[in-house]
Amino acid sequence: MPTASPISGSITLSEADSKALLGRFGVPLAGERLADDPDAAVVAADELGYPVVAKLNGERIAHKTERGLVRLNLADADAVRTAATDLLGAATAADGQVQVLVAPMLRGNRELIAGLSKDPQFGMTVMVGIGGIFAEALADVAIRLVPIERVDAEEMIDELRTQALLGPFRGEPAVDRTQLADVLLGLSRAAVATPELVSADLNPLIVVDGLPIAVDALVEVQA
Amino acid sequence: MATTEQFRALFDPRGVVVAGASTHPGKFGFVALHNILANGYEGRVFATNRDAAPVLGIETVPSLDDIPAGEADLLFVCTPAVTNLDVLRSAAERGIRAAFLASAGYGEAGEEGRRAQDELVALAEELGILIVGPNGQGLVSTPSSLCAQIVAPYPPAGRIGVASQSGNFVSSFMNYACATGVGISRAVSAGNAAMVGVTDFLAFYAEDAETDVALAYVEGITDGRRFFRELSDVAERMPVVLVKGGATSGGARAAASHTGSLASDDRVFDGMCRQAGAIRARSIEEAYEVAASFATQPTPRGNRVAVVSTAGGWGVVTADAIAGTDLELLALPDDLITALDAELPPRWSRNNPIDMAGGETKDTIPAVLAIVARHPDVDAIVLLGMGIQSNQGRMEHDGPFFPEWGLDRIAAFHDRQDHRYTTLAAELSEELGKPLLVATELAVTFPDNAAVRGTVEAGRLCYPSSNRAVNALARLWERTQWQARRHG
Repeated sequence: MPTASPISGSITLSEADSKALLGRFGVPLAGERLADDPDAAVVAADELGYPVVAKLNGERIAHKTERGLVRLNLADADAVRTAATDLLGAATAADGQVQVLVAPMLRGNRELIAGLSKDPQFGMTVMVGIGGIFAEALADVAIRLVPIERVDAEEMIDELRTQALLGPFRGEPAVDRTQLADVLLGLSRAAVATPELVSADLNPLIVVDGLPIAVDALVEVQA
Repeated sequence: MATTEQFRALFDPRGVVVAGASTHPGKFGFVALHNILANGYEGRVFATNRDAAPVLGIETVPSLDDIPAGEADLLFVCTPAVTNLDVLRSAAERGIRAAFLASAGYGEAGEEGRRAQDELVALAEELGILIVGPNGQGLVSTPSSLCAQIVAPYPPAGRIGVASQSGNFVSSFMNYACATGVGISRAVSAGNAAMVGVTDFLAFYAEDAETDVALAYVEGITDGRRFFRELSDVAERMPVVLVKGGATSGGARAAASHTGSLASDDRVFDGMCRQAGAIRARSIEEAYEVAASFATQPTPRGNRVAVVSTAGGWGVVTADAIAGTDLELLALPDDLITALDAELPPRWSRNNPIDMAGGETKDTIPAVLAIVARHPDVDAIVLLGMGIQSNQGRMEHDGPFFPEWGLDRIAAFHDRQDHRYTTLAAELSEELGKPLLVATELAVTFPDNAAVRGTVEAGRLCYPSSNRAVNALARLWERTQWQARRHG
């Protein structure tokens, strides 16, 4: 059975499926592999290069961090094998079909959040904001109605209060605003092309050398 | 869908009929007639009264059928809901094209009321009559000297078109208009908005030759997408200033996504306004001041501001206010400093804010103002410290020594000078097409101060503080940028 959601009759896609859906519309993603068992996870990590991240992937797994289903900064094959074994072991019957998702460990001091959500009055909206652990406390976000044009995306980025985080920051270059606008335009196109879409989170979008890359994605669709 | 012709019948009627005129001064049917008669409306005024009793010198008739056909375009309805279907039918036969319903007992009054309202709208559509309200306060249209409403005030004429889901805020905006002198073209309370709502009026204002800026108050929105489309369409053609009531009432939303939980009602509404190009004000007074600024100031072409002050402190605080906006405190170019050196004593600030340091001759302020305003690097000016001398003149005038000791002459001199300064400020602004905002608390503390009068008589808003002037200017600049990004 699908994951229960506040919007009745909706289900969440697995991280891999969420990324596949949004990736088609140009949302930048870290290259990643799905592995059915620890050996396959090690093969995937070897191909991607270390360090890597391992996460439990499945349609009914929405809040991985809260459940401890994300293992960061795995430096070698042994670490990947251990992590994959633990993750698969942590899956419960309720999680249904699961796999291990292996992705490169991206480094960046800044995290953004972007996504889509359906407003009861105004319909589908697209959002960008400052991400990371303070995202909801800061609530520094900009929202527009889908569809948006490039000028809207640019204005959304300009509207964020914490502009200092978008400039050159702790030895990293400024956030590439064109690329970030591309992410928002991609989300907007994804929403237009996917009427059954209810919400989408790119959380976090890690800023790597100024480029925003989605390292997690969660898409909710009408069942 | 209401037609422009119907809106013209509403706002510029050849004649008005008050249905349900009352002899009792406490009734809407009395007050509405009173307000139409008392504010200079020049068209013919008719009234119905069940007993055909004269009201306020008007011979009333018992039924609309007794009113000559083709003489009136607007019906102002104060009769009870149960009789209004018949009233509408008769009105249509008399050639009436628009009706404002003050009557209650409709959509706001439960299931039965909602049914009555649906019937009313269906009939109005069939008859080709525009229905505004029901359950509304009324409308004002200064080009026709028309005050068809059940509350005061009647505002001075101006270029702001008001539409509101709350009649109270129509009154608030008009009270500000009365207080500041920056007037209103049309104002209407949408009441239950049975047939037409706020955006329909805004769409009419966008076409209306009498209106330059739209000012709206909204609470509930039934169809968000339609609201957005209509608002965008109006904002494309005219500045729209909007206040939203109840924007924060929606609690935290249960959502599967982080995006959903961050997308509160208020933030979605805010983004929708920015996307549409509407200026969202945070309060009623800000909304009025920003609308009044759009109505009376030229559009800023750039964001470089010069602050001109007769003394230090005001300028410093104004510079702080500018720092908190997208406006820029202009770094004075050398040629401007040189030009000002020739007019000002050596102790002047030689910096922006331009502190004229008091030691001026009687022509220093006009000279400085003209030099600064005409400089090509200056996009806008905030002018501070006007009216101090005439405020002193007031004290001397009211004191025990007046008119001895030359007090009569000096008080009159200061009045003339202060009036001259702010009159010139408006003239320069007009000539150069640059915003020039005069800010002084005298606007509210002593509104008959000569500097304030100079500003008001020039048709401008005299801002009650420099922070409020800076905010208004920043909101004008916000629209300039919005347009530039879209239309180059």
